[in-house]
Amino acid sequence: MGVLVYTESWNGSFRKSTFEAVSYANETAKLLGTEVTAISLGKVNDSELSKLGNYGASKVVSIEAVKKGDSQGCTNAIADLANDASAIIFSNTYTAKMIAPRLSAKLKIGAINNVVEIASNISPFTVKRKAFSTKAIETTKVNSKKVILSISPNSFRLIETGGSCIIESVESTEKGDVTIEGQETLSGKISISEAEIVVSAGRGLKGPENWGMIEELAEILGGATACSKPVSDIGWRPHSEHVGQTGKAVTANLYIAIGISGAIQHLAGVNSSKIMVAINTDPEAPFFKAADYGIIGDAFEVVPKMIEEIKKIT
Amino acid sequence: MNIVVCISSVPDTTSKINFTENGSNFDSSGVQFVINPYDEFGLTKAMMLKEVSGGGKVTIITVGDATVEPVMRKALAIGADEAIRINMTATDSYSTATEISNYLKSNPADLIITGKESIDYNGGAVGGMIAEMMKLPFINACIGLEVNGSKTKLIREIEGGKENILANLPFVIGGQKGLVQESELRIPNMRGIMQARSKPLNIIEPTANESMTESLNFKKPAEKGSCKLVDSNDVAKLVSLLQNEAKVI
Ligand SMILES: Cc1cc2nc3c(=O)[nH]c(=O)nc-3n(C[C@H](O)[C@H](O)[C@H](O)COP(=O)(O)OP(=O)(O)OC[C@H]3O[C@@H](n4cnc5c(N)ncnc54)[C@H](O)[C@@H]3O)c2cc1C
Ligand SMILES: Nc1ncnc2c1ncn2[C@@H]1O[C@H](COP(=O)(O)O)[C@@H](O)[C@H]1O
Repeated sequence: MGVLVYTESWNGSFRKSTFEAVSYANETAKLLGTEVTAISLGKVNDSELSKLGNYGASKVVSIEAVKKGDSQGCTNAIADLANDASAIIFSNTYTAKMIAPRLSAKLKIGAINNVVEIASNISPFTVKRKAFSTKAIETTKVNSKKVILSISPNSFRLIETGGSCIIESVESTEKGDVTIEGQETLSGKISISEAEIVVSAGRGLKGPENWGMIEELAEILGGATACSKPVSDIGWRPHSEHVGQTGKAVTANLYIAIGISGAIQHLAGVNSSKIMVAINTDPEAPFFKAADYGIIGDAFEVVPKMIEEIKKIT
Repeated sequence: MNIVVCISSVPDTTSKINFTENGSNFDSSGVQFVINPYDEFGLTKAMMLKEVSGGGKVTIITVGDATVEPVMRKALAIGADEAIRINMTATDSYSTATEISNYLKSNPADLIITGKESIDYNGGAVGGMIAEMMKLPFINACIGLEVNGSKTKLIREIEGGKENILANLPFVIGGQKGLVQESELRIPNMRGIMQARSKPLNIIEPTANESMTESLNFKKPAEKGSCKLVDSNDVAKLVSLLQNEAKVI
C-alpha cells in the first residue's frame, strides 16, 4: 500500500505547493513504511517531472490527455490508480478542490482539507487542520482505513531528498461531460494563496490610483498584492485580490497590511500568516492587536520609504 | 428551470469562536447564525436565473436540526420558493452530501448550487461530493454562469486567472463572489419576510447518516505576543527587523 500524491502543473511547470505536497507525501510514506507515487495530469516534460524525485517520489505517472477543468475526468483517472494507496495527498489548488471531494465520495475514503501538520496517528489517520476560517485548529480523524489529505499552502516545509524517480506515461480515455474552452491568465502574477509575501492594502489608500506603490513594494519583495473586501467591492481592485474570511485565505510568511483597519472578518482570513505588519494612521486600529510589527503613520509617507530601504538590501 | 440551492447555516462573521470546556464542541451560545456568505451569492444567482427564464422554482435545502430554521426562513424571505430541511445534525461533509444527493435522486433538479466552502467547517467538499454521488459535472469557484437553453457557459476561477467551460445541465457548481456582484445581493424586505412565513418548509428524515470524518477537538490558535511598534521616522528599523529578527525578507 503506497502513498499517492497529485502534482499540479501550470503551463508545464510545478510550483512550490506541489513540492510541499510531495514532501508531505514522503513523510507520510515513511510513517507507513512505503513509497510515494506522484500523478501528473496534462502535458509536463520529463525534466520537470523528474524534479519530483528530489522531494521523495519514487515513481511518477504522467497522464497527458486529461484536462484540469474536467473534474470527472481527473477524478476517474486518479481513481484508476488509487486502489493500492493508503493515503492520497493534494495541495489546496483550485483544481484539487474539485477532485479531492469527488474522489472521497467515489472511493468512500474520508477527506480532510486545510491540513497543517503530518498525521499524529495513522490508524485511524488523525491530523490537525484549520477550521472556522483560521479562528480554530481542529483535530480530525477519518472513519475509513485510507485517507485523502489536502495540505494548506506554506504550512509544511520542503524536504529535498536528493532522490530520483522513474517516469511512466499512461494513456487515459477518462473524460467528463464538460468542454474546456480555454483559459485567461495574467502571466507573472504570483497567486495569493501560495505567496510567501503578500502586500495588502485597504480603504486607507483613498483610491485605485494610489496602488502603484503597493505594486512596487510587492514586486521588489517578490510577493503578491491583495486588498480588503470593500476595496474590491467598490472596484478599486479585482475581486481575485480580496482576502479575508469571505475572500482568499493568506498563509504567507509575511503579510503587510497597509491602511487596513483589521476587522475580524479580515483578520480571520489572514492571521495564519507567520509575521504580520500593520501600517496605519490610527493607533487604535484593531490590526495593531494582531500584528507582530507596526508603524503608526501615513501610508503615503511610510510605503515609499520602505521601498527605498528594501531596495538597499536586495 | 428547477434550481436547488444548498444553504449552510453558519456563525455570523463577527462572531468570536468559542468551544466547550474540553474543546470537544463548538459553543453556539450567544452566536448569531447567518446564511453562509458564499451561499448568498448562489441564492441570488438562482433568483436571477428564475426571473430571466420567467418560470421554474428555487428550492433551498439545509441539513440540520430545528435550530437552522431561522436562517432558512431568511433565505425564503430573500425569495426562494420552498425549503427542505433534512432533520439531522450535520457533522461531516460526506454525510451532508449523501443526504442531499439522496433527496436529489428522487427530486431531480436542473441546477444544483452550493457555496465553494462553508465559513465554519471550511470543508469545501459538499458540492464536489454531491456531484460525484450524482455522476454530474462539478465546477467550483464559479464566477460566471450563463444559461442558454440546456447549454451553459461557465467561468471558474483558477490560479492567477480564469477558465471558460461549457457544460450541459444538470450540473453542480460551487459559487462565490463574482457569480453575482456584492451589490446585487438581496436583503429581505418586509413583504418578503411576511411571505416567507407561509412558504413551505418541509422536514424530511435522513436516509443514511454515514460519516467519513470525525472531529476530535478544537483549539484556538496561540495568542500573538504584543506588536512591536516602530517610529514612523525610522522605517529602516522596520526593514532591518523584518530582515534580521523575523527573517522574512
Ligand atoms: C459578511 C461579511 C464578510 C466580510 N468579509 C470580509 C473579508 O473577507 N475581508 C475583508 O477585508 N473584509 C470583510 N468584511 C468587511 C470588514 O468588516 C471591514 O469592513 C473591512 O475589512 C474594512 O476594510 P478596510 O480596513 O480596508 O477599511 P476601513 O475599515 O475603512 O479602514 C481603513 C483604515 O485605513 C486607515 N487609514 C486611513 N488613511 C490612512 C493613511 N493615509 N495611511 C495609513 N492608514 C490609513 C484608517 O485608520 C483605517 O484603519 C466583511 C464584512 C461582512 C459583513
Ligand atoms: N448542512 C448543510 N446543509 C446544506 N448545505 C450545506 C451544508 N453544509 C454545507 N453545505 C453546502 O456545501 C457548501 C460547502 O460546504 P463545506 O463542504 O462544508 O465547506 C456550502 O457552501 C453549502 O452550499
